[in-house]
Amino acid sequence: MHWWLPLKASTFTGPIDGLFLAILIITGIAFVLVEVGLIWFVVKYRQRPGRKAFYTHGNTRAEVIWTTIPAVTMVALGLVSNHYWVQIKGRNSIPPNAYPIGIHAKQFEWQITYPGADGKLGTGDDFTVRNQLHVPVGRPIMVQLSSEDVIHSFYVPQFRVRQDVVPGMDIKAWFQATVPGTYELGCSQLCGLGHYRMRAQVFVQTQDDYDAWMKQAAQEASQ
Amino acid sequence: MTSVAATAHGAQAHHDDRSFVRKYIFSTDHKIIGIQFLFVSLFFLLVGGLLAMQMRWQLGFPGKPMPGGGVLPETMAPGGVILPEYYIQLVTMHGTFMVFFAIMPLLVGVFANFLIPLKIGTHDMAFPRINMWSFWTFLIGGLVMLSSLFVPDGAARAGWTMYAPLSARHDYSGASIGQELWSVSIIFVGLSSILGSLNYITTIINNRAPGMTWFRLPLSVWSLFITAILGLLALPVLSGAAIMLLFDQIIGTHFFDPAAGGQALLWQHLFWFFGHPEVYILILPAMGMVSDIIANGSRKPIFGYHSMVFAIVAIAFLGWIVWGHHMFVSGMNPTLGSSFMVSTLVIAVPSAVKTFNWMGTMWRGNLRFHVPMLHAVAFVAMFVIGGLSGIFMAATPVDMQIHDTYFIVAHLHYVLFGGSLFALFGAITYWYPKMFGRLMSEPWGKVHFWLTFIFYNCTFFPMHITGMAGEMRRLYDPNQYTFLQPWQPMRVFISISAFLLFATQLIFFVNFWWSLWKGQKAPQNPWEDNGLEWSLPSPAPHGNWEKVPTVYRGPYEFSSPQVAEDYLPQYKKLPTDREPARVPLAGH
Amino acid sequence: MTHAAATVDQMQPPYPAERGLDVYNKKLGMWVFLASEVMFFAALIGTYVILRFGATGEWARPGIVLNIKITAFNTFLLICSSVSMVKAYAAIQDGDPKKMRFWLLMTILGGATFVGIQIYEYMHLVEHGFVPSGVREGSELAALVANGTLPAATMGLYGSTFFTMTGFHGFHVTCGVISMAYLYFTKALPGKYSKQDYGGIETVGLYWHFVDLVWIILFTIVYLI
Repeated sequence: MHWWLPLKASTFTGPIDGLFLAILIITGIAFVLVEVGLIWFVVKYRQRPGRKAFYTHGNTRAEVIWTTIPAVTMVALGLVSNHYWVQIKGRNSIPPNAYPIGIHAKQFEWQITYPGADGKLGTGDDFTVRNQLHVPVGRPIMVQLSSEDVIHSFYVPQFRVRQDVVPGMDIKAWFQATVPGTYELGCSQLCGLGHYRMRAQVFVQTQDDYDAWMKQAAQEASQ
Repeated sequence: MTSVAATAHGAQAHHDDRSFVRKYIFSTDHKIIGIQFLFVSLFFLLVGGLLAMQMRWQLGFPGKPMPGGGVLPETMAPGGVILPEYYIQLVTMHGTFMVFFAIMPLLVGVFANFLIPLKIGTHDMAFPRINMWSFWTFLIGGLVMLSSLFVPDGAARAGWTMYAPLSARHDYSGASIGQELWSVSIIFVGLSSILGSLNYITTIINNRAPGMTWFRLPLSVWSLFITAILGLLALPVLSGAAIMLLFDQIIGTHFFDPAAGGQALLWQHLFWFFGHPEVYILILPAMGMVSDIIANGSRKPIFGYHSMVFAIVAIAFLGWIVWGHHMFVSGMNPTLGSSFMVSTLVIAVPSAVKTFNWMGTMWRGNLRFHVPMLHAVAFVAMFVIGGLSGIFMAATPVDMQIHDTYFIVAHLHYVLFGGSLFALFGAITYWYPKMFGRLMSEPWGKVHFWLTFIFYNCTFFPMHITGMAGEMRRLYDPNQYTFLQPWQPMRVFISISAFLLFATQLIFFVNFWWSLWKGQKAPQNPWEDNGLEWSLPSPAPHGNWEKVPTVYRGPYEFSSPQVAEDYLPQYKKLPTDREPARVPLAGH
Repeated sequence: MTHAAATVDQMQPPYPAERGLDVYNKKLGMWVFLASEVMFFAALIGTYVILRFGATGEWARPGIVLNIKITAFNTFLLICSSVSMVKAYAAIQDGDPKKMRFWLLMTILGGATFVGIQIYEYMHLVEHGFVPSGVREGSELAALVANGTLPAATMGLYGSTFFTMTGFHGFHVTCGVISMAYLYFTKALPGKYSKQDYGGIETVGLYWHFVDLVWIILFTIVYLI
């Protein structure tokens, strides 16, 4: 069993997992300080006959220190996080040459539209497949998300990509898969009775394998 | 309020000629109203717990008939096997009952009502009849919500967050009148909160005893005051949203239905604009009461009282501008994601300050580990975990990975259970003598505390890990996903821990009820505390004081060099104390 | 001692207290309550603004569905009733309960008429086919949608927002009228208000002015723009 974040299978895992680890270290230090401190105090300062508590209302210097350090840390964290946020989700984050795939979510399946041989969505050679997302490895993929009915959410844990799919909105998200293999796409926003089974298979393939699949799938779809 | 003053009674001259109904049922006495909230909210806490037990059964033992499941209707759990449509009702109603009918009323309905007049030194609330209405509208809301479990097609099932358009359309959710009853119930809850806040705010501003200046108020009162302001301003937005949702459901409006021009995200913005201040409503009173208890248990003044006040105010103020952190991946403009991230990270700072100040209070104290103190220290230990896990979510790229997973479920339960509920166990035990004139059993209180602490961590800590692995929320059957199947043993572990956790709460419930009749009779000031309420007999009489006390000092003068005892009540006049400059009535 | 101070004196509790504000409890309570009402209407009005200016299509032009003339009169009426409320308050401050009763009655009648006219308006609108869900099929207004005078895409939102905002405002006006009538019959008529004790009038007056203010905002952004 894999006790950490899932297998790293996209270019997002670097920044996201790195940020996760950094936060874990920072919060880990705070955690140890507080919990060990509490245990220490609980033992050391427990009531004993003849003891009296130290009468004080506080210490301004200490407070300034323990306000400033968290504040500075949070600001730094914010700057770093925002840098990656803009790269991943920003308005201009989608690489211009990203390969487009249309994903239409509905209760309770994923209808995935491929651009066909011409590589463009919205043209005559597009075809739609249910619950199977094939992507070529090593290329930026842009998914155009739309919903038939309620809010769903596009989530592939190994890609570290998540984007809510909202009816009435056309939302674009992107990712670049790095490891060929089979993964799962899960709906990550309660969408009704069948939410738990709104699952699709994700196949990350080499460009050749992908092209071969595409040819065959287009043929099957046209029948 | 001349009538209140006229009916104020001293302990000895007890001439209370109210009828039984006026005394205990339709009472305007803030203490009775607080106790009414207590009994009803504890009932709803039990309901919320039972709903969670059924969820955990399905997650731990999917597809197996649940013990006792035979009582459930065939449409929800045939043969005791929970169906998906029932599971999502359980999820929704567990959250709904716990937030609106257990934790919020336990913290605010009980303690704002019970403590405020006692701790500021007045006879009752500014508007006792409106206060009474605040309880009855709450009860009506609760009964309406409870009834929704029993109607055709069952209860609401779009999560306690009720996202539209799933919640707005019956053809999407499968529920019908149950969804509408949710909205109606919430409208009553909103009204109850507003009526309560009205009282708490007016009373604290205007009816404090002579000498009770703002910076001599106990932190419990400060937190309840600030919470009341949050509630006053946030609940109306929820009421508005619930009304619009109800109209979408029954009169064909289209606020949240994109198919007819409405906006799905509008619901989220309205809901979370309320929802984020709401979670601060769910924690601030707990923090306030924990401060009182830790100072008492440490026999030391609160470390940095003024900063603690400013931290409460800062948390409340910042709480209005962070709501979008629930919506980072919602499809809202990513630039808003950046701004909400900043405000969210900033709000971590006052919470950190409070944590360090609690530790500073315990440092070099003379610690007494009565049951409330155990809970208060555990609060600090558990709240810290919840707060720190929040930082992961505040960092927007990381939130992409953990949003809507069990990592979030872990976070919210660490702050709401490890935080608020532990604080409540401590607070109920602490003020029980003043409410009922008896003490809860100390040994059983300790047993309950330790077992709860252990089973609670066993239940919720592993959720951080399954959340990291990608386990999504609200899944009826996670095993549909191959990558989640290896975690089934962990789900079983969590479920069994949860069952043990629930069973342990029976100790608290029995202790609570049994002690009402058979508990040791309580002395006036069993915890040797400084607050004004401890100048009254246990239980406190109707009208509290015949003559309101005078306040000579702050609330945390423990181990003061001025006296031999290690506590010095606010109301005790020392030879060196001067009378406060009484604020004259206008014209005098 | 000043005029106002003498009055406020009566409305304080008869025991000493640290008063945070030199405002008696009933009045402070009403201000606090009005803060919550501001938030409630902000939610409704904010929704209207978001839905209208975020809509992809055009919004119906003013005056086609709604009758601006009658509503303008109604607005004038409500403003007049705020004036009569001020006059009632001034009267009792001066110690003239008879004058106060007169102006309070005028306010109640003004408010009740406002509600009456609103109900008439609603009935009229529904008859012509304007309902909370938009435009009713086969109605007069449906014909206007068909010929392009009214935009089909946003009529649903128009109906939703119009009826919700004005409906809740009307509900608040009605509550105000009932409250004032209650005070009129239980306190004003039996002569319980005086120069020393008129808190109820001031408090309900605050509420009434608030309700008027909300209407002015609604009238502007719903009917005129």
